[in-house]
Amino acid sequence: MSKITINIDGKEVQTQEGEFLLNAARANDIFIPAICYLTRCSPTLACRICLVEADGKQVYACNAKAKDGMNITTTTENIEKERRAIMEVYDVNHPLQCGVCDQSGECELQNYTLLMGVDSQNYAIKDVDRSSHDWGHLHYDPGLCIVCERCVTACKDMIGDNSLKTIPRGADALNADYKAEMPKDAYAMWNKLNKSVIGLTNGTDVLDCTSCGECASVCPVGALVDTHFMYTSNAWELNQIPATCGHCSAGCQLSYDVKHGSIDNPEDKIYRVMNEWNYVSLCGAGRYGFDYQNADATKDEAAFDAAVAAFKKADTIAFTSTITNEEAYLLQAMKEKFGYKLVNSEAKAFQTFLNEYSKISGTKLYGSDLEKVHTTNFIVSVGSALKTDNPNARYALNNSLTVSKGAGLYFHPVKDPIIEGLGKSIMTVTHAPLQEEAALYLVLDLFGDKEKLPKDIVKYLASFHSEKTVTVTETIKEKVIEKVIEKKVNEETGEEEEVEVEKSKMVPKKVSKEVVVDNNKLLEILGADDKFMETLEKNLKKKETFALMVGPDLYKHPNARNLARLVALVEKYSKFELVMIPALTNTLGVSLICELDDERGDYTVAYNTDGDFVLSGLGDGDLDMPAINQQEGTLTSINKRVNPTNAAIGYNGYELNDIANALGFDAKNVIDYTVKLPTTVGFKAQAFDTLPNHYENDGTEVRGYVLENVAVTTDDDESVEKFSDDKLEDCIIYLANPVRQFTAFTQKTTNLDEKSGVYMSEEYLSSSDFNEGDRVKVKTASGELTANVVSDNKIAGSIVVLPTFDKNLNSEVLFDGYRFSAASIEKV
Amino acid sequence: MKMEAFNDRNVADNGYFLVDIEDYPTDGWGKFKRVVKRSFRGELFVGLWVVMREMIRFDIHTVQYPQEKMPIGPRYRAVHQMKRLWESDTERCIGCGLCEKICISDCIRIDTKIDENSRKEVSEYTINLGRCIFCGYCAEVCPELAITHGGEYENASDQREHFILYEDMLTPIDTMKAGKQLEFEGFGSITPHEDERVKKTPLAY
Repeated sequence: MSKITINIDGKEVQTQEGEFLLNAARANDIFIPAICYLTRCSPTLACRICLVEADGKQVYACNAKAKDGMNITTTTENIEKERRAIMEVYDVNHPLQCGVCDQSGECELQNYTLLMGVDSQNYAIKDVDRSSHDWGHLHYDPGLCIVCERCVTACKDMIGDNSLKTIPRGADALNADYKAEMPKDAYAMWNKLNKSVIGLTNGTDVLDCTSCGECASVCPVGALVDTHFMYTSNAWELNQIPATCGHCSAGCQLSYDVKHGSIDNPEDKIYRVMNEWNYVSLCGAGRYGFDYQNADATKDEAAFDAAVAAFKKADTIAFTSTITNEEAYLLQAMKEKFGYKLVNSEAKAFQTFLNEYSKISGTKLYGSDLEKVHTTNFIVSVGSALKTDNPNARYALNNSLTVSKGAGLYFHPVKDPIIEGLGKSIMTVTHAPLQEEAALYLVLDLFGDKEKLPKDIVKYLASFHSEKTVTVTETIKEKVIEKVIEKKVNEETGEEEEVEVEKSKMVPKKVSKEVVVDNNKLLEILGADDKFMETLEKNLKKKETFALMVGPDLYKHPNARNLARLVALVEKYSKFELVMIPALTNTLGVSLICELDDERGDYTVAYNTDGDFVLSGLGDGDLDMPAINQQEGTLTSINKRVNPTNAAIGYNGYELNDIANALGFDAKNVIDYTVKLPTTVGFKAQAFDTLPNHYENDGTEVRGYVLENVAVTTDDDESVEKFSDDKLEDCIIYLANPVRQFTAFTQKTTNLDEKSGVYMSEEYLSSSDFNEGDRVKVKTASGELTANVVSDNKIAGSIVVLPTFDKNLNSEVLFDGYRFSAASIEKV
Repeated sequence: MKMEAFNDRNVADNGYFLVDIEDYPTDGWGKFKRVVKRSFRGELFVGLWVVMREMIRFDIHTVQYPQEKMPIGPRYRAVHQMKRLWESDTERCIGCGLCEKICISDCIRIDTKIDENSRKEVSEYTINLGRCIFCGYCAEVCPELAITHGGEYENASDQREHFILYEDMLTPIDTMKAGKQLEFEGFGSITPHEDERVKKTPLAY
């Protein structure tokens, strides 16, 4: 891709070769009307309103690619006519119920109808029954739908659920006269529109997807609406609070839309969550899990005094990573001043992993980010249940598969129908737990630069290869000569006589052949199928950019140190660019800011976790703390970005800063510490109020700042250990949350109603004697718990999944660090 | 925006003129003369004479409020009313919230929700009459002719905040059944010949 210059309406515009004209125009603040196009997705070509004239030819700006020296006119007389006719068509039979529509004026149909000056209607067709559908968390009104298919496109190209499609509308055919009298594109668009409405892919009226709600947010009209928001507020009454999602490490941009709770309650309430859907896609937790605030907190002076006393008495502060960078900084400052131990096992594991990685890579942080993964051709994921650890990583993978013509390789012990459903070009390898090292060795083996790799690693990798002779049956076409008797008229005599004619024919024939092939034992260890190499070769065609995503399974792996080194080697000696998925919201920030300890001391003050004195944003501790949506501060995301977030809802209690001030610190607000975040690990000395939080028209993310990837001195030791054959077998449990749940904060919200329990796949339930709702006892070497069986169709295979979001379940007791464990499950 | 009107500060040219007023006395003798003139003019008795004359005649124009009330014009803008549909007696208000938006004294608040028929329902509606300036914008903006002004102007209250609820404003159902709902003729009402000016949407059936 190279920089080129094109001319739009007489304005010289710099863009990339092959960029869509619409994007080029938008990036340069030139307006071209468009309804159906979504940035980052493939062009849908449903609305046809983005017609422009390029070098004298009418093209659609959303799918015409820029060429050097192109001359583009955004409006001509004919295009104006087309656009006006298209908008007239969209207005045909559109209910005049704008007064009660939830879009309440944020409506692209209204906007473009006014813009094109539609003041009369020339077209008509008999309407059909288009009554509304209740799809659970979504409400679909086909009467309002203009079938721009933006929801379908978002679901397919970005989310990867493929839950929506167009289904027949069952309308009469258009009046034949229109074809002659209407503008061409308007007629074609109407012809298509008149045949379809949006329906569910599964053919029923029950939506079964990962419930992200992205389809409703991209809807240009009020056809797809979040059920919880329906008819509760007009858009113009809502005050948008720019924030960062506090549920996972993706750190998505979003805005909390707040308004007074009701006539009787003047306190602010969050009504919905909006996002810049052209540039960021939320998951269900981000979109629907917004009311996790600590609502009833008050300034309880007795509890505050007890907290200060507890801090004076304590020698340990235990906390989770769902805190802001500023709070992490405060904790670290307290450690430095009073000598507390800081305990956060999950962040500690990540910190150790990062440090070990740095020893080989020479950088403090991994090299790439999710934004780059979106445009990468070939993606490998190791050690992460992608769809629940970081939904945005899944979107990036899917976006690459569908839009960047990418392919993927997903290593994980838990079979995942959602990942498998992303497309044909995703290969999944269901290996045994503890074998993640083998997966990374395989990546090194397949993609590593053998010339540069340390010699002993090359030797070790070679030891897995052997030659074997296999019998291959091939179908070849063989030439067979047949003698056929034909009747022919003898030209001389004029009589018919039988003549023998030789005819050659190609006949397919099966041939067995003995072929010597390379036998990679790693594949066998990982349990890849026989066709693996063949499919991989096919998938690797025309691939130029590579990304490796590694996840939380590796950080708490018994051999995490070795895995970190392997990951660094893959990044160093192959074309792969690396992204690590931090387990929780601010794991990355915490692991950069705090010096963490392993063991707790005698008396622990706990922040959002268990301890002798509990500070809790959930409102269930000894002293109330604000939840993330009630705080100002910054969060460090997987994209190595320090994102600012604002307080959406008021908070009346004490916060960590108040305790710190009582202990001798002096800061009016906790955001006074933003500027003090440690620059030695990559933070910038930038005050909170100067941090921006928006996207530019060309999609540039202008949010906070990106961490500097600080160089670290390496010790030139690139040795890695061989992997052991240890694997977990029989009944295995895995510590992961269901879709839309991350922490106790997501559990607290009203719209996320996932049932907690022991998750078993439908496949496993049908082959075992467990049934949904059974009470079972799960026992491992570390502990045991009793809970109900929940059937989960978002997982497959025989591994049983236990969630972390339910504090009452306390699944962590079953695990000794590593996310997998052998267990015995029996009915109670 | 043209700024000439603002920049021309010479008010005298726009029809203003100086009133011919006698100069104020400056010396002591002049001031004394003015006091005497004003004191012995007898103007006080002119007013007293009118009162006495009318008292004797028994020609009283005063309205005996509150026993007696003046009829109010149909366009008078007093306490709001919520109208019902003539066809079905149901409420006209659809809960669009435009009155809430347009209200310049920010005294209208409306809560809506989805009802059991999946329609938008007004769950609560208040107007703070203590803040309302009776400008009539809410009635003008209402697309359904639902909120209008009425003739009820007695809204004295013992506190500054004085709320009126949806139920108080809604036409009582028995009045409606009796066909006695009055249409408002002021701001927002339908102008004459409205039917002739509306364009119809062409429908194929």
